[in-house]
Amino acid sequence: MTEVLRLTRGQLVRRRFMRNKLAVFGLCNLVFMFLLAFLGPYLSKHKWDELDFMYLLQPPSREHWFGTTQIGGDVFALTMRGLQKSLIIGLLVAIFSTGIAAIVGAFAGYLGGKIDKAMMWVVDLLLVLPAFLLIAVMSPLYRGKTWLIFVVLLAAFGWMITSRIVRGMAMSLRERDFIRAARYMGVPTRTIVFRHLIPNVASILIIAATLDVGGTILSETGLSYLGFGIQPPDVSLGSLIADGTNSALTYPWLFCFAGGALVLTVLSVSFIGDGLRDAFDPGASTGANS
Amino acid sequence: MLNYIYKRFLNFLLLVVLASTMGYFLAAMALNPRSNYEGRNPPIPASSIDSKLTALNMNNKTPVVERYFTWVSGVVKGDLGTTLNEKSVNSEISRRIWVSLRLLLIGSILGSVIGVITGVVSAVRQYKPFDRYFSITSYIFLSAPVFLIALLLKFGAINLNDRLGYTLIYTVGEYSPEFQGAGFSSIINRVQHLILPTLSIALGGIAFYSRYQRNAMLDVLSSDHLRTARAKGLTKRQALFKHGLRVAILPLTTFFAYSFGLLITGAAFTETIFGWNGMGQWFITAVQANDVNSTAAVILFSSVLVLLSGFLADIVTAALDPRVRLR
Repeated sequence: MTEVLRLTRGQLVRRRFMRNKLAVFGLCNLVFMFLLAFLGPYLSKHKWDELDFMYLLQPPSREHWFGTTQIGGDVFALTMRGLQKSLIIGLLVAIFSTGIAAIVGAFAGYLGGKIDKAMMWVVDLLLVLPAFLLIAVMSPLYRGKTWLIFVVLLAAFGWMITSRIVRGMAMSLRERDFIRAARYMGVPTRTIVFRHLIPNVASILIIAATLDVGGTILSETGLSYLGFGIQPPDVSLGSLIADGTNSALTYPWLFCFAGGALVLTVLSVSFIGDGLRDAFDPGASTGANS
Repeated sequence: MLNYIYKRFLNFLLLVVLASTMGYFLAAMALNPRSNYEGRNPPIPASSIDSKLTALNMNNKTPVVERYFTWVSGVVKGDLGTTLNEKSVNSEISRRIWVSLRLLLIGSILGSVIGVITGVVSAVRQYKPFDRYFSITSYIFLSAPVFLIALLLKFGAINLNDRLGYTLIYTVGEYSPEFQGAGFSSIINRVQHLILPTLSIALGGIAFYSRYQRNAMLDVLSSDHLRTARAKGLTKRQALFKHGLRVAILPLTTFFAYSFGLLITGAAFTETIFGWNGMGQWFITAVQANDVNSTAAVILFSSVLVLLSGFLADIVTAALDPRVRLR
């Protein structure tokens, strides 16, 4: 008798994900980016806030791997610092905004009625105004203060679309037997939502959070590019690109490393997100019905 | 149908009012026009700063609700107030609005039409070279922020002009100020300026719509009703155009509407990078200068634009989809 190979859902998902070449490439690349951003600075002897007055605007060399800026900053150290910031902000915002989306969406879908209507009104209203405009207007509030306020704002204006998807799923889960059974046994609403509803939409949340990382990095660098995001002296990939643009034609190393790191990071994140979606739900259409 | 349109219109109006209210309050509370006059040498007396800010309706000592009602009573009459350097916001808008609308309309139409076509073709030729090539390209464009695409296009054009020895594609402004021609040659001059900003808006759109349309089309290709259409004797092409495309395009209309928010964001970058005096560039300078009235005006503009396109999308959806009409 042949042995039947039993796989748990987690193993199945992992196997499907690993078969997807682009997703594996994205994952490897993202891990590489993380290692580079957080270990890279220890390999180089230059710090991001140090200025080397012997080397002003030098092209990449053995001393300064990515060259130096107009005032003698080491472009490698600066790019790593910017990459760190962009990665951390991307991760934090993705976790926060997916959390908000899960809670709002699950409650709205489960409770229905007036509460649902009111919550979806708020979602509609926030979808009307581009998050970029709102955060840019509020940028004076965190100028000169901690960048964590910036993270909170990015999360506060980035959860709406996911919450709509979660709401749709919660509405159909509400009628399922196991939720009904819990309700009739007198389990309080809060427990039903947190213990039964949200775990059942976990796959969607994981996918949404992954894709959010990429989206957040794009909006964060955009805002920082215009000076509304990470404030100097600290750097982000966006502010590095902004600083490099004026002389980018003659001194391309000022901005091409930051730009390349940015595109590669976001690209790998979206490969991973799409790979996860295919792995969790191989039969489903990819995003067309969201 | 008329009843449906009427209901959507009311919803649209209400959202415009709420959105612009929220925008005004945020701008009035976050921006601090007083800081523009403080710390100057010689110092300006506080009383004259106060009277100046009060005249502009930007004095932060007036309660924000009161300022809001002053602003609204102007807006209802069609007067959006004055900018910080005492010009009329209305005349500023009339100067800038067409610059932005031209960019947004051409960019979004190009983006959606080319995107939908490539998406459909990719879906029909799934996993063939065309599909693979376009998928990778659109992934890359979706991963690059608008400002990076715009900058790279700009550098590319400067390089190209250097190689050619004359200016084929302009990288700054909407038209050459010293340009004297009329008629056809002035159109050419405009197109030479238009090409890069429009491309930087459209490329992202093409990537986005083609991914989306490819997925929607793949769903439709494996659907029962398309099989039925084939079974009753239509060729693949006929079935696709008569029965497939209509269903696959439907969800796109909603996306088209909400993408205007993203487009306005994109316009802020492209206008700044290519030196166009449009609404997006105005927004950025207004926020930097703490100009509350101008900022509120751009937020009002963008909410009207997003909601108007949402309203139009609802009507188009209702026209295409009988299920919506009957609700």
